[in-house]
Amino acid sequence: MLGYLIRRVLYGLLTIFAVSVLSFTIIQLPPGDYVTSYIASLEAQGDEVSAEEAAALRAYFGLGEPAYIQYGKWMWQIMQGNWGMSFQYRVPVTEIIGQRLLLTIVLALGSLIFIWVVAIPIGIYSAVRQYSVLDYIATMFGFTGLAIPDFLFALVLMYLAWDWFNFSIGGLFSPEYLSAPWSLGRVFDLLQHLIIPIVVLGTSGTASLIRITRANLLDELRKPYVVTARAKGMNEWQLIFKYPVRLAFNPIISITAYILPFLVSGSVIVSVVLNLPTVGPVLLRSLLSQDMFLAGAIILMIGVMTVIGTLLSDILLGIVDPRVRLR
Amino acid sequence: MTETRLRDAMPTAIGTPPDAVAPILQVQNLHTHFFTGEGIVHAVDGASFAVHPGKTLGIVGESGCGKSVAAKSILQIVDKPGRIVDGEILYTYTDKSGRYRHENILSLPSDSRQMKSIRGGEISMIFQEPMSSFSPIHSVGNQLTETIRLHTDMDQRTAREAAIEWLSRVGIPNPARRVEEYPYQMSGGQCQRAMIAMALSTNPRILIADEPTTALDVTTQAQILNLLQRLQAEQGMAMIFITHDLGVIAEVADEVAVMYLGRVVERAPVQEIFRNPQHPYTRALLTSIPSIEAQPRQRLPTISGSIPHPQNRPPGCPFHPRCPEYMAGTCEQKEPQLASVGTNHEVSCFLYPGC
Repeated sequence: MLGYLIRRVLYGLLTIFAVSVLSFTIIQLPPGDYVTSYIASLEAQGDEVSAEEAAALRAYFGLGEPAYIQYGKWMWQIMQGNWGMSFQYRVPVTEIIGQRLLLTIVLALGSLIFIWVVAIPIGIYSAVRQYSVLDYIATMFGFTGLAIPDFLFALVLMYLAWDWFNFSIGGLFSPEYLSAPWSLGRVFDLLQHLIIPIVVLGTSGTASLIRITRANLLDELRKPYVVTARAKGMNEWQLIFKYPVRLAFNPIISITAYILPFLVSGSVIVSVVLNLPTVGPVLLRSLLSQDMFLAGAIILMIGVMTVIGTLLSDILLGIVDPRVRLR
Repeated sequence: MTETRLRDAMPTAIGTPPDAVAPILQVQNLHTHFFTGEGIVHAVDGASFAVHPGKTLGIVGESGCGKSVAAKSILQIVDKPGRIVDGEILYTYTDKSGRYRHENILSLPSDSRQMKSIRGGEISMIFQEPMSSFSPIHSVGNQLTETIRLHTDMDQRTAREAAIEWLSRVGIPNPARRVEEYPYQMSGGQCQRAMIAMALSTNPRILIADEPTTALDVTTQAQILNLLQRLQAEQGMAMIFITHDLGVIAEVADEVAVMYLGRVVERAPVQEIFRNPQHPYTRALLTSIPSIEAQPRQRLPTISGSIPHPQNRPPGCPFHPRCPEYMAGTCEQKEPQLASVGTNHEVSCFLYPGC
């Protein structure tokens, strides 16, 4: 198990390096740089920017050097804990991301838990009672959930919440708690505001996880070891939970790693619609304005989250399945 | 030491049946059908056979003749969409309070406490693919102790010791260590041994072996057969041995039931079946065994045609389209019944009076 762990961690580090190179390259890909788009926005407001001024700006932001040197400097600074400045906001990147990242993670984990808690029991029931009325209802709900775009669902819920309960669900805090210090009341207020985003974000994940759980479990239920367990005289539900459900869990654990980053990046539009202070909208804006360090930091963090998620799911798989651990 | 412990842990001692020759299990007119989207498949369609205490009943037939479904029907573990629609399975046993019982276990609900204690406790079953018949992610010991604890009141530790003891009885070396292992760490033969240990660990009175050696190589096959016969003698249990291999039947069975398309077409003691087969199907099966005395380049006789799909079962005698003795006007008109043609010998064919 230890060797397995060490191998996984090493692979993880390697992947993070690859992700950092990739994310840096992607940010560099669009023509021009921050200064170009900055000048464009200034000119849109009627200001004139001379070539010297542009060159001075580039030198100021360190944009004149070749890409690999920029990358090297960027990485070197990050390893020392300095994530750089946001060009656009003129403040350290960490300051912008800090609390937003926390809220993003809370939102992602909340959605993940929501997905698991809702999808797995429904999926198990659907498989064990295949073609029952409730299975058909779950299937219908599943496909509907998959088909509705998140942002549309968010808009509809927002409208309904306002129209029926006179409750504004935009943002994560009520106005009175917006800039208040953390307190029990603020946490409670946050939880209340989290429900709708979690439901919106979790719906498509839930729908697909129901399908995945159902399909996996249906496969497992046909395996000979289930017949053996039955022939032993085990209780039906007891044996279903001990054997096929345990085995059907393997792929579910593997895909969880991919749900996590999807929740972060997938929340961009929903966050814009629901006006949530997560990293999603910031990422969008930073990419539009070519705010290099800010965008790079966010993409890198999403990458790291993916790697951590994969690592966690690998470890979990190792615990659950001896074949993964021992071979 | 563990030997005595195992015996002590046995459920209430089993008394002698009132009539020593009475069958311990009697399957009568069993019908198990599968209700699929394309129609009803008559997998078992009026099968009757009997198992006597301490003896082995061999069930032979080509694949798809309903052998396995009949076996699963006894334990009421037929997979969906299969359902037992008719028939009786009479089982003679002593219940926990020591009372004598002779009842139709088909009348017990599949999930009743009584049925669950019969399943695995009174009647155990082993399967064709030993590897995949164990859960791959639970240790063999885990699955064995679970079975033992389901049917006895042993605590975890005693059950584990019993499991180790059983692994050594089925000839697995170093059982105290192997008990921790997972099925993929064992060979096919060892897995089947462990499966036998699991099935017998509850001291069942009947063991159903559903093609237990089909997936194994010939040497291992022989070892497993010997093991089963030895343990059967030691435990004094009855056995239902399902196979399509007539060679295996000759070796293990006391009595044989030949199945064709979901029903038993001939029933007789093993020697009688091999020396004096009466049903055209049985005869055809026997002549299609390769012989060591055959001339080189001689073609092996085969049965003409192939098994019809159970959904389009031929009318009358199900074998008539392939039968060399087919009598037009009779065989496709009426269904033959099992009738006696000698001592303990029954055939269902219009060649014989009374069918």
